[in-house]
Amino acid sequence: MRKITFAQATLEATAEEMRRDSRVFVLGEDIARQGGIFGQFKGLAQEFGHDRIMDTPISETAIIGASVGAAMAGMRPVADMHFADFMGVAMDELFNQMAKIRYMFGGQTTVPMVVRAPDGLASSAAAQHSQSIEAWFMNIPGIKVVAPSNPADAKGLLKSAIRDDNPVIYFENKILYKESGEVPEGEYLTPIGKAKVVKEGKDITIISYSIGMKDAYIVAEILEDKGIEAEIVDLRTLVPYDKETILESVKKTNRLAIIHEAVKQGGAGAEIAAFVAENAIEYLDAPIMRFGAPFVPVPFSPPLEKAYRLNSKKIAKDILVNFNY
Amino acid sequence: MFKYSKDLLKTFYYKMYKIRRFEETVEKYFLDGEIPGFIHLYIGEEAIATGVCTLLDKNDYIASTHRGHGHTIAKGADLNRVMAEIFGKKTGSCKGKGGSMHIADFSVGMLGANGVVGGGYNLAAGAALAIKKQKRDNVSVVFFGDGASNRGTFHEAMNLASVWKLPLIFVCENNQWASTTPYRTSTSVEDISLRAIGYNMERKIVDGNDVFDVYEGFKEALNYVKSGKGPYFIEAKTYRIKGHFVGDPELYRTKEEVQKVFRENDPIKRFEEKVLGENLLDEVELKEIKDRVEIEIEEALKFAFESEYPEPHELYEDLYV
Repeated sequence: MRKITFAQATLEATAEEMRRDSRVFVLGEDIARQGGIFGQFKGLAQEFGHDRIMDTPISETAIIGASVGAAMAGMRPVADMHFADFMGVAMDELFNQMAKIRYMFGGQTTVPMVVRAPDGLASSAAAQHSQSIEAWFMNIPGIKVVAPSNPADAKGLLKSAIRDDNPVIYFENKILYKESGEVPEGEYLTPIGKAKVVKEGKDITIISYSIGMKDAYIVAEILEDKGIEAEIVDLRTLVPYDKETILESVKKTNRLAIIHEAVKQGGAGAEIAAFVAENAIEYLDAPIMRFGAPFVPVPFSPPLEKAYRLNSKKIAKDILVNFNY
Repeated sequence: MFKYSKDLLKTFYYKMYKIRRFEETVEKYFLDGEIPGFIHLYIGEEAIATGVCTLLDKNDYIASTHRGHGHTIAKGADLNRVMAEIFGKKTGSCKGKGGSMHIADFSVGMLGANGVVGGGYNLAAGAALAIKKQKRDNVSVVFFGDGASNRGTFHEAMNLASVWKLPLIFVCENNQWASTTPYRTSTSVEDISLRAIGYNMERKIVDGNDVFDVYEGFKEALNYVKSGKGPYFIEAKTYRIKGHFVGDPELYRTKEEVQKVFRENDPIKRFEEKVLGENLLDEVELKEIKDRVEIEIEEALKFAFESEYPEPHELYEDLYV
């Protein structure tokens, strides 16, 4: 199968959906003339023109607010947030308007829009350009949240997000943009709400998503050397998350570790751990383990950033201790 | 004055009087404990929604505020369903999920009141963007108060509308009170519309208690915007007769101040004096309209009272498509 990068996969998805549906348009900072800071919009303005690939003022509030308004009036906007961190600027529009409009107006309208949110640690970008904030949006009913880990899912999930009649936040990790992977030719969709068991195993379930999946694979390899067969679940969608796949896997392996780059406290892992504890605690042979960032802002200096980041070897070591429980 | 047809004059009176009586009715039933939540009344500002919405059709959009009953009614929403919504009934326009602060009727282009002050500008800008992309001959209108013009959203939307030449009309209802704070103590300019200059936008100040002046000013705005020149800013000077919300003790102003304004500048009284004084409509014609409104209000009340509350299972409906 052909290999393309994550960024190219999102480009293909956008172009295909824009060709398919004239209501789809993209708006954001530095996307038309520059092609996006990570090249994820490169060439789109040439094909679709500046009316459909729109450079905006530096006004995140207006970008999200106008997307909501356009969506209510029959369009299907895709709004780029430049960095996920800047969603804070538009938070009222995201959680009081976008998320609630359908419900509080009694289903009179739909809000079919996608918010693209490049996230994660990269190149010492420090506290305000490095965060993973997906957990915030797991606490706000009315939004769907996806976080692909590879080019194939990046394409399939973005296409599904654009076609979804609900608002979808699409977290795309900045390091993953450059990574290549196999992507099928032609039309396909990755369903929102379905996790994927990417490696089967019988001894422990490792759940992750987005950039955390890289650590999940490394950890599984280390465990393999110690004779432990890990099952890896790529969650892919955080809202609504795939409860059946999680329970099925945990009931089989009887152990659970959850890995994400975001802050551990109050993170996605906390929700999943609580869900498993509520519904399958009798299947567990050991405490659930969560791995995430420490409870500090992202630091600048490279050694500090490294200390903040997930450490596969340390995760594997902690999991091995868990097996002595 | 002769340029106004009798039908148009009757429409003005009908809309203004209907809003007034709706608000008085809602106030009464709120104080009686029949209506839950919070209520913000539009009394004294009826000429603005009426002057503006009379010039719009259902394919034009409006974004409203927490003080949104007047806009909703003027835009032509079904009165029964609006009343039922405010009572929290399942037959309400939002099935009882929105209430007074989130009243909406998409079937007439009313894109919703907003519980967040200043929440409507960018939604209206987006709706205007959609109109432009769809090459429709419509406009989008955002109503907001003087207090809301101090939100950052105001400035982002003004700039966006201007640089993208959106078919968007900003209608500032300067009622002089930002909740309980006099706007002059919290706002850098006397005329909010001065801020339009900074965004390279045309502007006009109208007497918000004179439906004719609002109508004429808005017509000018509409012609300008429909010619593709970009957004327009209308500032309607008015005064909030009632408290910020029903039950507001109004410790920040005297009763005399309010009564003086209402005595001298009630938009409905001014309209009556004008049309009667200039023999444009007679007492009988006004009475007919009033009677018709009373019947509609009675019917809406009956509908609201007789409607059921939502069932608990409806809690989970209408979240996702």
